[in-house]
Amino acid sequence: MPRLVSHPDEVRVVSKRFGMGAAQIDRYIELGGYESAKKCLAQGPEWIIEEMKASSLRGRGGAGFPTGLKWSFVPKQSAKPKYVLVNGDESEPGTCKDHLIFLHDPHAVIEGTIIAGLAIGAKVGFIYLRGEYRYLLEIMEKAVADAYAKGFLGKNIFGSETEFQVITQSGAGAYEVGEESALMESLEGKRGVPRIKPPFPAVVGLYGGPTVINNAETIATVPHVIAMGGAAFAAIGSARNGGTRLFSISGHVNKPGVYELPMGYNLKKMIYEVAGGVRGGRSLKAVVPGGSSTPVLLPSEIEELGMDFDQVGKAGSMLGSGGVVVIDDQTCIVEFALRTISFYQHESCGWCIPCREGTDWLKKSLTRFHAGFGEAKDIDNIQYLAENMMGRTFCPLGDAAAMPTLGFVKKFRKEFEEHLNGKPCPYAKHVELAVV
Amino acid sequence: MNSETMSIFSPKLSARFDALVEKYPVRRSALVPMLLYAQDEIGYLSDAVIAEVAERIGISELDVRNVATYYSMLRFKPAGKYNVQVCTNISCMLRGAYELYEKFQEELGIGHKGVTDDGMFSLEEVECIGACCWAPAIQVNYEFHDELTPDHVPGILKSYRGAGWAEGNGKHA
Repeated sequence: MPRLVSHPDEVRVVSKRFGMGAAQIDRYIELGGYESAKKCLAQGPEWIIEEMKASSLRGRGGAGFPTGLKWSFVPKQSAKPKYVLVNGDESEPGTCKDHLIFLHDPHAVIEGTIIAGLAIGAKVGFIYLRGEYRYLLEIMEKAVADAYAKGFLGKNIFGSETEFQVITQSGAGAYEVGEESALMESLEGKRGVPRIKPPFPAVVGLYGGPTVINNAETIATVPHVIAMGGAAFAAIGSARNGGTRLFSISGHVNKPGVYELPMGYNLKKMIYEVAGGVRGGRSLKAVVPGGSSTPVLLPSEIEELGMDFDQVGKAGSMLGSGGVVVIDDQTCIVEFALRTISFYQHESCGWCIPCREGTDWLKKSLTRFHAGFGEAKDIDNIQYLAENMMGRTFCPLGDAAAMPTLGFVKKFRKEFEEHLNGKPCPYAKHVELAVV
Repeated sequence: MNSETMSIFSPKLSARFDALVEKYPVRRSALVPMLLYAQDEIGYLSDAVIAEVAERIGISELDVRNVATYYSMLRFKPAGKYNVQVCTNISCMLRGAYELYEKFQEELGIGHKGVTDDGMFSLEEVECIGACCWAPAIQVNYEFHDELTPDHVPGILKSYRGAGWAEGNGKHA
């Protein structure tokens, strides 16, 4: 069972039922569960969307798009059925928050899905979990069955005339499926290759119908927004960044874990106070702020940095999925860059040439470089390759591979130079390559 | 093929499949999970499994293969009864995943995607499994093991080896 952590600075909204047995439906109800769905059923779609807009909740998958606005894009009238699709394909390295949501609070996901369905006028919601999360899928499936048994799902939810069905789905191993259009392809029984946009999913999505796709954390947050009111939720966070967020803090810290902190919480404090500082009394070399695809930050860049979408964006990186990966001074950045690009090379679906070829050549270059066979011009070449991937692919995977690479090369050029002229890696640890 | 008389699926898997295809607006939405469930029971996606899934969904075998080859958890040859998957992605790497992976290689005498002679274990280096805050982490079939050091390796292997031939164990395999 994954370890739960706590810190006095935490504001428990989404995680408030963690460790309280809320996977059992009666316990969930006892803790106030499904009241928000009932309220939404009574209030109607326009009210729901207004509350969501007032909350300034932004998508927790990484892009940070305002949830209320996203829901408002779905046409009211549609010849084809509309759908809600919950993205639980959590695969961004450094991110494990949805893992805990599915484990401790599966009904919050179901309740959020119902509310999203009510808001857009959908009768079916899909909850897609990555294939590796089998034990969590079983927890979700039981929760869905229990919700049907109580009449919270089905033809007449909560005794009303409204229908809402929930279908759970397992993936089978693919990072790319976390991208919304690839996720729809996978759910339609195809390879997870992204679709060309526009049309956007809100207009033409799953099975060709208008579809709202939200990250599992976003959806699990929805019932809390309704319960406390959009304005109250917004007040917890920073400007245009409502509420709290589950930060997965991993790597070289004394107390790694998933902590729920207000949006805009200072990153330095997050590392040194919440997560107990860098382990072994070492010093901080760098931090990846929002999952492996977000550009690395230096210690000097985090002093005053508030962790919300806008502030991290201004600092030249992204808040992404909230996966904070802490790197100490004994770590080889070239190796870290190599391991990162190896991942993207493995996960590229191969559809767009700049991504397929770019990730492959970056992996080859960095492999050679880390092994001590690099040349000075390779450093510029790595940067050139990455720059030419940016913005040239259908989905963000190409950017996700290029952005961190550019960050490593630009901010740690000296460390790349230290690997030149046949010199062994100054950190000389894992010369074995990632062969996944 | 008449899937009722010649099915290689167990009655339980057949029933699961029949229920699954009915859930969706289109039958082939069942394809990805179904391939995984069939693999769980039969061990890998043999030609016979692919043929039966194609037949049941009503698409060509080529179409099934085209989809199946995309997903990293799906395999086309047998793995061990217990498939040890060591995550070496960044969060795990920073906390000693490669040392852990080396220890598994040493103890099992196999490398990436290798299978032990007795068919009991296979080993894989895998990408992020969503256990970054409890790193380094592994999965044995679908079971997670968190916060490991190389010292844990012999004990983990022993626990599966001990359970290996007992009736009712390894139900995830």
